[in-house]
Formats: sequence, C-alpha cells, structure tokens
Amino acid sequence: MLRFVAKRVLGLIVILFCVITITFFLVRLTPGGPFDRERKLPEHIEKQLLAKYKLDGPLLEQYINYLGDLLHGDLRLSTKYRSRSVNEILADSLPVSGLLGGIAFFAATVGGVLLGSLAAAKQHTWIDRNAMLAALFAISLPPFVVGPLLVLVFAIYIPLFPVGGWGNLQSLILPSITLAAPYTAYIARLTRASMLEVLTQDYIRTARAKGLSENAVIYKHALRVAILPVVSFLGPLAANLLTGSIVVESIFSIPGAGGFFVNSVLNRDGFLLAGVVIVYCTLLVLFNLVVDVLYGFLDRRITLYD
Amino acid sequence: MASWIAASRCMTDSRSPWVKLRRNPAAIVSMLILIVVALAAIFGPSLLPAGAGEVTRNSFLPPSEQHLFGTDLNGRDLLYRVLLGARISMLVGIAGALVSFAVGIIYGMVSGYAGGQADSVMMRLVDVLYAIPRLIFLLVLISALDPLLRRSMETHGLQVLIGYSKIIILILCLGLTEWLTMARIVRGQILSLKSQQFVLAARSIGQSHFNIIFQHLFPNLLGVALIYLTLTVPAVILDESFLSFLGVGVQAPLASWGLLLSDAAQVINPLKGYWWLLVFPAIAMSLTLLALNFLGDGLRDALDPRERR
Repeated sequence: MLRFVAKRVLGLIVILFCVITITFFLVRLTPGGPFDRERKLPEHIEKQLLAKYKLDGPLLEQYINYLGDLLHGDLRLSTKYRSRSVNEILADSLPVSGLLGGIAFFAATVGGVLLGSLAAAKQHTWIDRNAMLAALFAISLPPFVVGPLLVLVFAIYIPLFPVGGWGNLQSLILPSITLAAPYTAYIARLTRASMLEVLTQDYIRTARAKGLSENAVIYKHALRVAILPVVSFLGPLAANLLTGSIVVESIFSIPGAGGFFVNSVLNRDGFLLAGVVIVYCTLLVLFNLVVDVLYGFLDRRITLYD
Repeated sequence: MASWIAASRCMTDSRSPWVKLRRNPAAIVSMLILIVVALAAIFGPSLLPAGAGEVTRNSFLPPSEQHLFGTDLNGRDLLYRVLLGARISMLVGIAGALVSFAVGIIYGMVSGYAGGQADSVMMRLVDVLYAIPRLIFLLVLISALDPLLRRSMETHGLQVLIGYSKIIILILCLGLTEWLTMARIVRGQILSLKSQQFVLAARSIGQSHFNIIFQHLFPNLLGVALIYLTLTVPAVILDESFLSFLGVGVQAPLASWGLLLSDAAQVINPLKGYWWLLVFPAIAMSLTLLALNFLGDGLRDALDPRERR
C-alpha cells in the first residue's frame, strides 16, 4: 500500500514537470507578449519591465530559473495584476471557488447516486423514464443557459435569492445548482447503467433468495459494486469543480479562481496561468490517487500492489 | 439455452438498426426537430424582410408582430440573429466534429494497428493531452492562429473571407482538440478487430498494411465511429458557444447562440427584464442540443445489442 502511494506521488512529480514545461513554452512561444499594447512601449521601459518580471535573457535560462523559484514555493509575480504575486492571488480566490465547488461536488455526488439507483430499481416505470429524461435535459443545457434562466426566474421575477455576489448563505444556492446540475445528471446516468449491470449478477439473486428487502439488496449489496464507475469519475470531477468555473463565477459575480484560466491566457500572464495549472494538475492527480485507494476498500477483488 | 436464444435475438436485432431506431419515438422527434432547425437555418434569414439584421434605433423592443422575437441592444431583429446563430453554430458543430472524426479515426487506427511500443507511446500522448485543461489549448491555439490566418488572407487577396477567419479557426481548433475520445474508441475497436480471421486472410494474400487498414478495418469500425460522431456534434456546438460566451469565439456582426446568450446575460438585471434576449436563443440552442443527444443515444441503443435487455 505504502509503496503504491509512494509510486504515485513520484508519478505526480513527473506529470507536474511535464505540464509546467508544456505550459511555459506554450505561452512563451506563441506570438505576443504580456506588455504588448496598442502603442508600443519605449524600449528602455519595456526592458525594465521584462527584467522586473524576470522575462529577459535566453528562454532556456528563464525556464531553469523559473523551475528553481517553483522549488522554493515562489509562483512569481503576475504580469497583469501588477505588484501582486501569484501566490497571493491564488490564496485569495481559491478558497472561494473551493467552497462553491465543494458544495456542488457533494450535491452532485449524493443526488446523482440516489437518482441513478432509484431509476435502476424502478426500471421500465415512469420514475425511471422521467428521471432519465430530466438527466438528458440537464446534460444538454450549458451552465450559461441554466444560470441566467435561474437568475431570471428565482432572483428577478420571484425575488427569493440575490442576483449575484458573495458573502452570505443565500448567494451560494443558485450558483451551486447551476454548477452541480450537469454533473448530477451525468452521475445519475452512470449509476443507473452500472446498477442495471450489477443487478443481473448471481450474488444479487442470492441476496434476494435469502429474503432481504429490496432496499437492502439495492442500497447495501448492489450499490457497493455499482458505484465503482462513479467513483472513478469523481477524481477529475473534484479537480474540475474545486478550481472554479469561469461561467458560473462571471454570471453570479463571484470572486473565484475560475476566470484566471481564461484571462491569464488572453493576457499572456504566463506565471499566473502556470500557477492555476499547477494547482489543477496536483488536485487531479491527488484525487485520482484517493479514488484508486477507495477502489480497493469498496471492492476487495481489486488489488493495488502489482 | 436461454443465453442462446438471447444471442440469436441480438443477432436478428442488430441486422435492422434502422427498424429499431424507427421504434424509438424520441429519436424520430429529434430527427424532425433537427430537420426543421436545419431548414430554418438555411432558408430562414432570406425569408425575413430585408434589413432585419441591420442596426436600427429600435433597441430592446419586446416581441411583437413586427419582431416576433423582439430586438436586441442595437435594434437588430432577434429572430434574424437567432437564425443566423443557428447557421453558424451548426456549421461549426458539424465541420468541427468532422475534423475531429478524421484526426481521431486516423490516429486511433494507426495506434491500434501498429501495437506494441508505438501504440503505448501514442496512447500516453493522449493521456498527457487529457491531463492539460483543453480550454488552455483552445485559447492558445486561437490567439496564435487567428492573426496569422488574417494576415495571410490579406496578402493573398482574400479580403472577402477575413470576416469568416474566426469561424475557420474555430472549426480547426475545436476539431483538433476534440479527437482524443474518438481515438481511444477507434483504437479499442481495432485491437479487437485485428486479431480476427479476415485480417489474417487479407495479410496472407499479401495485402499492404495501408489496404488492410482502409479497406478491411475501416468499414468495420465506421458504425461505432459514426455514433460517436453524432455525439461529438453537440459537444462541439457547446464548446463553440462557450468560447463565444467568453468573447473569444464568433464576433458581431456575425452571431452564434453562445454570443447571443452572452449578450443577454450582460444586459439582464433586476431593473430591466429583457427576458426575450435570453429565452429565445436558449430555446433554440437547447432544443438542438437535446435533439442531437437523443438521436445519438437512440443510435447507440439501436446498434449496440448489449444495451437492450
């Protein structure tokens, strides 16, 4: 077990290295620099700026220096949000995205698994059909349709919730629903398909023959195995949700980290982009590790040590 | 015995996927909706009174007989904008999906057929590309290629096309980032197909690898790939509208559903309930995406005997 975890953490370092390298060169080699404006800056000012943000000298040297700074935990200065370091920016915005994403993650997982198992248990009934119809709707509708519609109905015509903003409990509800809806639907579909597969297996027939109640068969015996495909989807999902969503954050004006993914590329703010990517990749690999360990606990037939 | 009966029924079932599809009401309704949307997108804009897409001073008129969907910020008829958006969104969706289809199928076929070291290197590359958020690739590609294409169009005397350069870039970039799943699916198919006897037979009569891949393997995986293609179209439409929503996609005076929704989201606030700006593009886009997804699901069920229980 320990060896497995150690191996994966080592793998994390390799992946992080690859991703940092790709991001660094991707941003630096595309035409256009962070200080390009309509009017060109005087040469000596541009030179000073480049020196301040450590963007001068040969590219390879810059890259090696950057890796050195990263090892000291320094993500460098943002070239767009002048005089703020990437560390500060992320420390301010990630907790916001994390809270919202955490709520959405919890809602999507619990809601999706319950809906999916219910639909599978009642296969060929109206419950199943309507639940799956609703799920397809939720998957097809993008968040920038769902979000503004929710605002229009539940904040403008029926003023139950604020239109946007951050700070109190009520302002969390609409963004969480917008964020969670498609994932809830996806998890429900995944759970249903896998549950239907599991329900045909012999040990389920045995459980029924023992005279267990239908609820016990489904939620105690079948769900434990049927949830496995869902669990492997949860790793990437958690990394996605916790790093924020630009659409939901811009619709509800939430000061999260989701916008940095997009804006840092458009502003050629390479260090901020690298910072966000590092956080995302670390979360992705760590959650996948958690998922693999969980797998072993949920299904004893799987061994991690090979 | 029971399993033999089930197997034989699967075989007779899989011979007539078209019949199965016709028995699926959701898929038929979806097809009708798609035909209507496509016809409206192609012929709709020219049926409206001339000048419907021009900027006028009648901004934010609510829906009326003259403007069925109302007007937008610049006084343009929203129905015209929605139809124009349908044209561009569908075009980008279909063309982008076709690009990803071509790339994914060739990559997957080569990887699966080559096997061994080449296969594992090619698949690791796919894994790495999966790990980097696609949005970053898209944004970098678009911001790097767009000025390039514009400049080369100017120098080659293709000024007419400059307005559409963004659309061409979108089609290429979305296609080039959407092929990963297709490549995986195709590779899996090839792996199971290439050990079958007809491949051995083809090889034994001295057919070239190129011929085996394109004449013998390709027709066999086309069905699965086509199903996935119908599911890629809505994904690309969604991506395009997402990029337009962020302001890096299609730009005015052209329109796409994402751009219209983004415009609407910007002007809606508690003081001004311009609901029509949001509701009509949302309905058009959702209906199309739903229909495509229903059709894709229906096709998959019709062609995959395991789904039927």
